[in-house]
Amino acid sequence: MVSAQKGQVRVITGNAVGAYGAMLCRPEVVAAYPITPQSEIAELLSQFKADGVLDGEYVEVEGENSAMNVVLAASVAGARTFTATSSYGLVFMYDALQETSGFRAPVVMVNANRETPGIHAVSSGQQDLISARDTGWIQIIVENDQEILDQIIMAYRLAEDYDIQLPIMVNYDGFYLSYLAEAVEIPNIEDVDAFLAPLKQQPERQKLVPGVAIGCGTHGMEMGYVEARYKHCQALERVKGKVDEIDKAFGDYFGRYYGGQIEEYRTDDADIVILASGSATGTVRTVIDTKREQGIKVGLIKLRLFRPFPAERLIGVLKGKKAIGVIDRSLCFGWKYGPMCMELRALSPEIGPAPILSYIDGLANLDITVPHIGRVIDEVSAAAQGKPYQEVTWIPMEE
Amino acid sequence: MAARMLASAFVLEGKSVASFPMYGFERRGAPVVAFTRIDDKPIREKTQIYNPDCLIVIDPGLLTLPTLFTGLKPESAFILNTPKKLTEQPDKNLKIGGAVNATQIAVDEIGRDIPNTCLLGAFAAATGWVQLQSLLDCLPDYLSGDILERNLKSAERGYREVEVIKW
Repeated sequence: MVSAQKGQVRVITGNAVGAYGAMLCRPEVVAAYPITPQSEIAELLSQFKADGVLDGEYVEVEGENSAMNVVLAASVAGARTFTATSSYGLVFMYDALQETSGFRAPVVMVNANRETPGIHAVSSGQQDLISARDTGWIQIIVENDQEILDQIIMAYRLAEDYDIQLPIMVNYDGFYLSYLAEAVEIPNIEDVDAFLAPLKQQPERQKLVPGVAIGCGTHGMEMGYVEARYKHCQALERVKGKVDEIDKAFGDYFGRYYGGQIEEYRTDDADIVILASGSATGTVRTVIDTKREQGIKVGLIKLRLFRPFPAERLIGVLKGKKAIGVIDRSLCFGWKYGPMCMELRALSPEIGPAPILSYIDGLANLDITVPHIGRVIDEVSAAAQGKPYQEVTWIPMEE
Repeated sequence: MAARMLASAFVLEGKSVASFPMYGFERRGAPVVAFTRIDDKPIREKTQIYNPDCLIVIDPGLLTLPTLFTGLKPESAFILNTPKKLTEQPDKNLKIGGAVNATQIAVDEIGRDIPNTCLLGAFAAATGWVQLQSLLDCLPDYLSGDILERNLKSAERGYREVEVIKW
């Protein structure tokens, strides 16, 4: 495969990027319901349809539960599908999310992360993606506008892979990315076609055909249930390697690599490592550069793939490190650690005795600031030297 | 929107930009703060801006906010929509002031109190950080037809009519 042509560079928001990313992949059925901070993506896609730029059907729905059920049904009928949501919308489709993954329907959805119900915060946070952790979806978190676009293209290649056939949620921080205008290179649609072309070389997936009776979805008692769930879990395991492969293929063609399951920054010679995700990771990199100048050997792991959890690659990087700090933009009800920290701690036996410090920050539009990250690095560095440390810190509560 | 337009103008001059607003519900007239970063290098930070080089105030009613100038860098710039003159230095960190009656210009040219593009013209004149032409060239990305023409005039008038003060 040769390289893609240079695309058009435009200054557009993360939401607009999401709409362009979807349109470039030529979805045959789109259904979405507008919700802050995702509304622009639903508006733009319906505009694309009105302008004839989007060939597929755009189904106007009365809510997110219907949106997911529409794309599920279309996907089971063989269509390429797209939807977008956030927060209340995501939890309003909670049953449909699980139907979709249970049907093994390769739906692609973007989720502009926002805080979840209970406290009506119209503000950024990753609690919504955490609330959908156990729905059987692939979940990826991206850092900037270009990565939103590129990851949507990669998402189709992954979800529709014959060995995977699972829905995927592309997460980006609401407000911080959904409204962020950056210069983004929009690839030519022919190049996106070429990148997705290998999907046409594989065996056709089973789909509903009028007049043909097939079993679809899983109405499984006992072993029927167990076998379907087992295969679903096995497919999620296969996702990990596939994400790395697709990232490489994407980079080779379009010239932009994201590291696959995780992206490392200055981890090779690092004594301590910060694990973070989403829009905050760029800020973490700048603070790491500053701290390196002060002699602290610190690196970053940007967690891109949250489900399935990239255990093997994390162990590979973190084994033998002296201390780890995890910054979560969400919380656990009933566990003191942040959700990603909790996940990482499950790998402690393989990682070794390094202290793992949990930080909860950036909830409800509060910033994960440069001073906050500096503090995290200083405390993790002290813990690496055997000094006493606090296991869990809610940074905003201590300011 | 003004923050995004400004970002687009800087992209035309080869800069990296990152611009985002912060607000709650999507509704017209709600309070909004917007941030724009401009750099020669790619921009990695995704935080709000705490130490700006320039502050643009669209609603002069905000001058009563005690925290309005908190965090300004030394020798920073201040662009204000106001019918009055900007005589006294509002904050010791300010070096450049630009006062323009953007509301009046917007009402004259656009027919409504949408002073954003006028203030961008004033920004270009007062700071010299971006060419007026770059601002005018990026507006067709956002507006078209009659409303584009009216905003082009509004931006040009902001550029010409801003009163620039050095402290």
